[in-house]
Amino acid sequence: MSDDLTTPTRAHTMAWPLGLAGVALVIIGSFLSWSFDGGILGDLSINFYPGSLQILAIIMAVLGLVLLLVEKGPLKKPLGQWLDATLGLRALGLTLTLYMVLVLIAISVESDGLINVNPGGYISTVGAILLLVSSRMLPLRQLRDLSQARLPGWAEILAIALMMAAVLFGAAYALGLTDAWAFVLCLVFITAVIAVLFRTGVMRWFGHVAQRHKKVLTLAAFAVAFFFPFTQNGSDANMSIATQVLIFAATAMGLNIVVGLAGLLDLGYVAFLGSGAYVAAMLSTSAFATIDWHPPFLVVMLLGAGTAATLGLIIGSPTLRVSGDYLAIVTLGFGEIFRLTMFNLDGTNGPLLTNGPNGIPGIPELEIGSFNFGDSHVVAGIELGRFANYYFLLLLLLAFVILVFARLNDSRIGRGWVAIREDEKAAEAMGVNVFGLKILAFVVGAFLAGLAGTIKAHQDVAVSPDQFIFLESAFLLAAIVLGGMGTIAGVLLGATILKLLPEKLRFFSEYRLLLFGLLLVLMMRFRPEGLVASRRRQLEFHEEDEELAVAIESELVEEAK
Amino acid sequence: MTVTDTTATPAPVFGAPVLEASGVTMRFGGLLAVNDVNLTVHEGEIVGLIGPNGAGKTTFFNCLTGLYKPTAGQVRFAGTPLPPKPRAVVQAGMARTFQNIRLFANMTALENVMVGRYCRTSSGAFTSVLRGPKFRREEAATRTRAQELLDFVGLGRSTEHLARNMPYGDQRRLEIARALATEPKLILLDEPTAGMNPQETRQASDLIFKIRDSGLSVVVIEHDMRFIFNLCDRVLCLVRGETLIEGTPGEVQSDPRVIEAYIGTGEDEDEDEAAQVRDTTVAEEEGKS
Repeated sequence: MSDDLTTPTRAHTMAWPLGLAGVALVIIGSFLSWSFDGGILGDLSINFYPGSLQILAIIMAVLGLVLLLVEKGPLKKPLGQWLDATLGLRALGLTLTLYMVLVLIAISVESDGLINVNPGGYISTVGAILLLVSSRMLPLRQLRDLSQARLPGWAEILAIALMMAAVLFGAAYALGLTDAWAFVLCLVFITAVIAVLFRTGVMRWFGHVAQRHKKVLTLAAFAVAFFFPFTQNGSDANMSIATQVLIFAATAMGLNIVVGLAGLLDLGYVAFLGSGAYVAAMLSTSAFATIDWHPPFLVVMLLGAGTAATLGLIIGSPTLRVSGDYLAIVTLGFGEIFRLTMFNLDGTNGPLLTNGPNGIPGIPELEIGSFNFGDSHVVAGIELGRFANYYFLLLLLLAFVILVFARLNDSRIGRGWVAIREDEKAAEAMGVNVFGLKILAFVVGAFLAGLAGTIKAHQDVAVSPDQFIFLESAFLLAAIVLGGMGTIAGVLLGATILKLLPEKLRFFSEYRLLLFGLLLVLMMRFRPEGLVASRRRQLEFHEEDEELAVAIESELVEEAK
Repeated sequence: MTVTDTTATPAPVFGAPVLEASGVTMRFGGLLAVNDVNLTVHEGEIVGLIGPNGAGKTTFFNCLTGLYKPTAGQVRFAGTPLPPKPRAVVQAGMARTFQNIRLFANMTALENVMVGRYCRTSSGAFTSVLRGPKFRREEAATRTRAQELLDFVGLGRSTEHLARNMPYGDQRRLEIARALATEPKLILLDEPTAGMNPQETRQASDLIFKIRDSGLSVVVIEHDMRFIFNLCDRVLCLVRGETLIEGTPGEVQSDPRVIEAYIGTGEDEDEDEAAQVRDTTVAEEEGKS
């Protein structure tokens, strides 16, 4: 590595033209036919009429070209000192090669053998490999500190808007893919783009920009989420998944208060979601509802959330005196007790409340005022169906949960929680109400889950005990651990990944648990703080890492200025 | 109480008793860690607690601050009995530091002190979510007060530094600032100069005088005899859980039993301290003659 930084060698001078050749080959190959069979992967068989997967390859190649021009060429002057083009090219070379190899595999799997791959596919693959090799030969360079890189305010806000638009477009496009292989390839493409953004440092710069325009970013993120249904053209397939993701995300965000902020391990959290759902179901106008009282939905919401919070208080008061593993065991038991109780309140083993294993089906659509959530509406020429209605309601719920989360985190109470996580004894000795704060986290978490549950009951149409099994609690926890404990963006990302991937990759369904198990083990080994790490968690998970602590400290000092 | 002044400080006049511990006894199974110890601390007084390792000094501290529930005896604070709960003790106005520093390592200096303000502020969950003017005022006041306290202990420029990155001496001072944030009337310092060099020790003793001058009472556990005899108005020496002697620094350091207690244990560290006691005594004697 050390000689990479010094005088240019022959390998260095050769690398650039080689990379250019690679990029050219990928583009030329992508304009030619990749596959003999026109019926697979959205038709890759016509020369000079690239299919969508070929367009993705071209986009990646163009990205490579831009990076090469930053390395040596007209873009070097404005961008060369900021962007790490070499690392970006290395990431791109690797992911592009992976992409092309997967394309070859996909073609041969979907239409019987490599014989179906046309020359274009091979040309692009060779180009990708050339780019990979050349990027390895390029020298590493010294760069300037990105926190110094500033654009005018409007340009930075524009950057946020563009980023968000790209997210919206990408999400809509990826969800529109029905073929599993095409979806996987699209994921590789997204990974490639994200990897390049991270390795070149664009993401770090974006982090600084986001820090400067926090409100704009939040607003933009919600705008993207808001406009998503308008990209679906009235199709229910993706909107149904999206509402599932939102319920899951809102619940996970509630659990994030318990786990991420207060540091309590709750393995029975889904029971609170369940109690909200059951309250809503029992009070609904379903033919199978067991209580003959049908208050307006806002009252039902409060009752459901209140019931969950009360349960949280009842479970929490005795169990929060035990800590760590014991708490996990007790909450695990509570989750099971809840499920079994719902199973047995069937009129034979106990009072008739839940119809036992049959649950309460036929829950009618939500109606708030005169607005029926089952009706379709046409807004700006785009049809918004039943799921879109629930989607907007859930978005509102998610916003509320995030608001509660963020504001509690940044308050006297949030500081108390951190202190408890750091050193419970010292916190107590400094006058922090340890037990009270733990109970508070537990009850607030339960309340929010109960709130989500009341909507879930209507959206799912039916409520039954098998919706609230331990596995659901485990997945909620996995979303938090995967995404990043105590963060908002991380948990949203984790929830989306855990809910979306199984839906889109149905052919994996048998290996789903195996895959998630593996994923979590890998995460714990290599990045225990999650995909999006909160500073605090990073510090907590890397007690020994002095460099990290110093780096984070300098960021803190920077921000305080 | 008669004060025979042998130290440099002029004879101070003390106010009403703040802390009255009587007959405090702590038994762990067969081990009598603290046996029938009495201690009274008056307003504006600095009291030292010395004794060889294992004499029960820290255990006695833990009994006072509610970390342990004493087997027998009573602790009264400002006239009322203290329940043996750390939080109630802090609420009543008694704060402490720890022998092995127990800061919130991954929080900044400012955040550490702000946690200390917890028991003197009242914003609850609703206020925090709604963010009314009261919340903003209290949050701003907490921040200002924490900054003032950091300035007070001399860490005004380390506000945004992580506790775990701070030098050892600064961590000790930060712990004192955090304890002061709870608005105590009495502060208990458990070996505040352990591991410090002579210059830092001098600064620490200046800081403790400054704390006393701001109207607080102080109880200090220390092994550094010069530090203790120079600082305290009164010294209590514990040996094997029992009070060996209580008196002015002059009385304590000239008592042969104190030197004996330190030598008697036979541990290297304690011998050093015993030597220190002897040296200081000799120096004082020479100074007198």
